[in-house]
Amino acid sequence: MSSASYDTLTRNGLWKNNPALVQLLGLCPLLAVTASVVNAMGLAVATLFVLTTSNLCVALIRNVVSDTVRLPAFVMIIAASVTAIELLMQAYAYELYQILGIFLPLITTNCVILGRADAFASKNPLLPSVYDGFIMGVGFGLVLIVLGAIRELLGTGGLFANMDLLFGASAKQWHWVLSSDYQSFLLAILPPGAFIITGFLIAAKNLIDARQAKRDAERAEAVIPGSKRVRVTGQVS
Amino acid sequence: MSWLRITSPHGHGPLSTQRVMQLVLLATLPGVVAQTWFFGPGTLVNIVVGGALALGFEWLAVSLRGREPRAALEDFSVLVTSTLLCIALPPYSPWWLLVVGIASSVLLGKHLFGGLGYNPFNPAMVGYVVLLISFPLQMSSWAAPRGLTTPPGLTDALSALLGTPLADGLTSATPLDILRQNKGLLMEDLYATTPQFGRWAGIGWEWVNIGFLIGGLWLLYQRVFTWHAPVAMLAGLGLAALIGYDGGSSISGGSPLLHWLSGATMFGAFFIITDPVSSATSNRGRLLFGALIGIVIYLIRTQGNYPDAVAFAVLILNFAAPLIDQYTVPRAYGHNRREDP
Repeated sequence: MSSASYDTLTRNGLWKNNPALVQLLGLCPLLAVTASVVNAMGLAVATLFVLTTSNLCVALIRNVVSDTVRLPAFVMIIAASVTAIELLMQAYAYELYQILGIFLPLITTNCVILGRADAFASKNPLLPSVYDGFIMGVGFGLVLIVLGAIRELLGTGGLFANMDLLFGASAKQWHWVLSSDYQSFLLAILPPGAFIITGFLIAAKNLIDARQAKRDAERAEAVIPGSKRVRVTGQVS
Repeated sequence: MSWLRITSPHGHGPLSTQRVMQLVLLATLPGVVAQTWFFGPGTLVNIVVGGALALGFEWLAVSLRGREPRAALEDFSVLVTSTLLCIALPPYSPWWLLVVGIASSVLLGKHLFGGLGYNPFNPAMVGYVVLLISFPLQMSSWAAPRGLTTPPGLTDALSALLGTPLADGLTSATPLDILRQNKGLLMEDLYATTPQFGRWAGIGWEWVNIGFLIGGLWLLYQRVFTWHAPVAMLAGLGLAALIGYDGGSSISGGSPLLHWLSGATMFGAFFIITDPVSSATSNRGRLLFGALIGIVIYLIRTQGNYPDAVAFAVLILNFAAPLIDQYTVPRAYGHNRREDP
């Protein structure tokens, strides 16, 4: 596979086909656990791990498993890697494991993972599949973290609380507080706030895309000096 | 003299949006006067500051959407939204509460959905509910009415606006709060032992509700809205309260009179659920819409976690209004009742 298509994969995963903002997959964990940056990061890392490993395994077995049983096989692979990351978090980040609670095992049902396994990894060779899983995980994780940061900032008036759950005791000082008499804005932490803020993020992405498309169109329309003009009617594709 | 014979019923709408909004603003006057008399100038300060904020946010939203701000500012609709929200807010609210509430009303409730005429929810109630679930402490500290204490003056109101909360002695639980937390007192004893209850439904509250009732009846007389939704809501609430009253035992839900004249009942019946945009469209639909709101208000007041429920009930039924519309399409002239459209 050429490097150009890795570029396409990167652009798809991070922006054009972002799992959270465009495909709107995995909304349940996206909305439920992003009340703070540390929760969002924990889930982002777990999802990234699961996406990469499941894409890797699926790409490996894609020529062996017959089409009719592929979905159960994929789900088994995903469930196995979710179990692995769950045990890892239980061992190394127990408090975070407790905070994430049911949403960690629920990664199994996250549509992003099965979606990538079926739509990409089952049709592509090993390396691109692993890269696709990785970059999709990064795109999903970035949205999680941005959403977590906005919600934590609005909801509690601070940022990076409890980061020691992920990065060890020294990260406790990362907690930054806007003002001590900030009234916590509960809506941002509650699920409706997650819906509203996700909506705003999607709107912002669409706005940027629309601006970009307009700029491109203007550039395409610009007449190159000396070129001949052709009158056309109807749509030219 | 014209010889032209005009026979058809030619409908003519003498009320422009601007005129309707002005009438609604005018009609809040009796209620606001009662509120100011019993609770002090806090509500007036809310309304003035909130109105200025609302005009600012409206200008911002309309400009961002690339439209002409002047027309939007001149139709008074945003002032109605902000005034209704500010009447519903506790008097002596801090400034940031007003900013968050008005911003939620105007930006989230109204302009995100496409502006005036496109909002599926009542914007004032959207702002109110955002505040109610975000800042429960500030939203539940009501000033004590005249009769229990002397209401704060204008200086207290301004310092409250800047962020100094009212002194504890100046706030008190509302009758609905007390009723919800009632453990084991008969209704009779509750009225006898708790000064807040007053004669019928709470000192101050009963007159505030009567004020909004008078304003609402005047709007009805002016034909700003039809009678269906308010009457159905009061009937639904009254019927539910009658069923739950059980003669006034210790687990009684309170008499219909208490529910009619307490909390935001009359304000909601005549100023909130009559919103032409977010309510049901046909008259039959409005009957159903109003009655369901009344029942839901009673259920949340007695069974739910919040003492008053007008805002929640209105939002829930705003959700249901399109469904209600679908089943209450009026029969077109010349068509049979059973005929499928």
